[in-house]
Amino acid sequence: MGRTLAEKILLAHTDADTLAPGDVVMVRCDVVMTNDISGPMAFRAMERMGAARVFDPGKVVIVPDHFVPAKDERSAALQKLLRDWAHEQGVAYYEQGRGGIEHQVLVEEGWVVPGSVIAGGDSHTCTYGALGSFGTGLGSTDIAACLASGAFWQAVPTTIQVELTGTRRPFVTGKDVILAVIGELGVSGGLGSVLEFVGDGAEGLSLDERLAVANMAVEAGAETGLFPADAAVAAYLDGRTTRPWAAEHSDADAQYEGSVLIDLESVPPLVALPHSPGNVVPVSEAKGRAIDQVYIGNCANGTITDLRQAAEMLRGRTVHRRTRLIVVPASQRVYRQALAEGLLDVFAAAGALVSAPSCGACFGGSGGILAAGEAAITTTNRNFRGRMGAGESSVHLANAWVAAAAAVAGEIVDPADLGVAS
Amino acid sequence: MIAGRAVVVPQDDVDTDVLYPGPFLNVTDVTQMKAHLFEGLDPALRGRLGGDTALVVGANFGCGSSREHVPQAMRAAGIRFLVGRSFARIFHRNAVNLGLPAVVCAEAVDACTEGSRLELDFERGTIAVDGAPFPISPVAPFMRAIFAAGGLEPWMRDRLDTTTLVG
Repeated sequence: MGRTLAEKILLAHTDADTLAPGDVVMVRCDVVMTNDISGPMAFRAMERMGAARVFDPGKVVIVPDHFVPAKDERSAALQKLLRDWAHEQGVAYYEQGRGGIEHQVLVEEGWVVPGSVIAGGDSHTCTYGALGSFGTGLGSTDIAACLASGAFWQAVPTTIQVELTGTRRPFVTGKDVILAVIGELGVSGGLGSVLEFVGDGAEGLSLDERLAVANMAVEAGAETGLFPADAAVAAYLDGRTTRPWAAEHSDADAQYEGSVLIDLESVPPLVALPHSPGNVVPVSEAKGRAIDQVYIGNCANGTITDLRQAAEMLRGRTVHRRTRLIVVPASQRVYRQALAEGLLDVFAAAGALVSAPSCGACFGGSGGILAAGEAAITTTNRNFRGRMGAGESSVHLANAWVAAAAAVAGEIVDPADLGVAS
Repeated sequence: MIAGRAVVVPQDDVDTDVLYPGPFLNVTDVTQMKAHLFEGLDPALRGRLGGDTALVVGANFGCGSSREHVPQAMRAAGIRFLVGRSFARIFHRNAVNLGLPAVVCAEAVDACTEGSRLELDFERGTIAVDGAPFPISPVAPFMRAIFAAGGLEPWMRDRLDTTTLVG
């Protein structure tokens, strides 16, 4: 019987001869990543496991990104501990100003290659599936085990095939694709499964868009999201990595747990209403909602593609007087690219605040917290109650076109109504 | 066998952000963590945890973040085990790793009311609600071994120097 892509990757990272969904196996990591939240707890757990050194310093990456720049003494102490530990262990460390949001950094810096297994101390580690890598989010004790032994336990997941067909309409991006999928599957529809994205519509997504799609697989409850590597991935990795890799695909007779078919021609720009990523409606049904804050950034949609879309919408326009716009490039590289292209000047001229690469307000950490009664529209990946600040605030999720259009209008609008060509 | 008194959180899709909000993620001391448990959901829930609590929950409990603060705070607050309709992946992993059983049994959830006495028995594969047993979904031998060891930390400590972990 054939195997799915996920099964092939996992099998290649165990000593088992065969495996089937539900089997619990120890999976070897090619990369272990952690940050200023999950890292310090993991280091202490690793010590209690009896390990003084990491299993392989060449396979460990540390990125402070959640409370950066440090907002208070407690956060600063965590980051100092992270940095000191990284240097003492001799592992890769991306200091603030030289890295950015962990998932963007690992992809940009060539740590992520097709067919690899990446264990990350952050739920959005599934982002790496955009490059055909089994990236998966783990907690601190799991990460401690990975740091100590290079392996984590994993129940072999089933796979749900998500087939994307057809041509996209204007102002529809990867964000809308994944919102459509979550709207279809629900926020727990992917439990115990991997989402595998196939079809001409999947191949037609740019790498930045695939990152956004894979990133939010966890919002459907999935273990990870996977795009089989193709020529676009090969082109992206050319000159970026020295790690060996080979493209794998699911066998034609692989067994799937289920399938979802999305005809992209039927997908309009979408909005996830408060307080769930699964609460998805067409932008037309969200029109007219007043917006206090627009936040364009985070590990799903703070890429140069997102910033270009936002700048296109904002060029020659200004942010509405009752609204504030915060733009957060996902990494230092994205920041510098946006600078070189003049995008940051467009944002500044429009009256936007451009902030440092950081997880920041996306998870309520710092730099853009909402007051009670405020409404936001963001390109982030979660709109749980109180995630971005007060419990009585509300967050709408959308793509960068829709978010930037709301900044101009001061309320949610269909970007097509603002007369910009996508 | 582990026994506990039911505290019921009936909603589905209870996320990690309401269980333990982001601003407190820079807390690393578990005794301080438990002061923020349920902060975004209902802080009054903390007062109902009696030190022998079985937390009874809905579907997809713990969805969202990988933050281990949630089960750390639960353990510190005296939650002995959880029974739910289903658990989100990373929350479930984290609970297992901390030796905090989180078992799936919709029938037991249906049968529970606040204060019900629950008995979790891995040997029999049941959870009893006020004496009436219901079968729990199968728990992989690996996870039972983790529970028996007291969590992933002691399980790893016993193996790091002796055997290969990868199999």
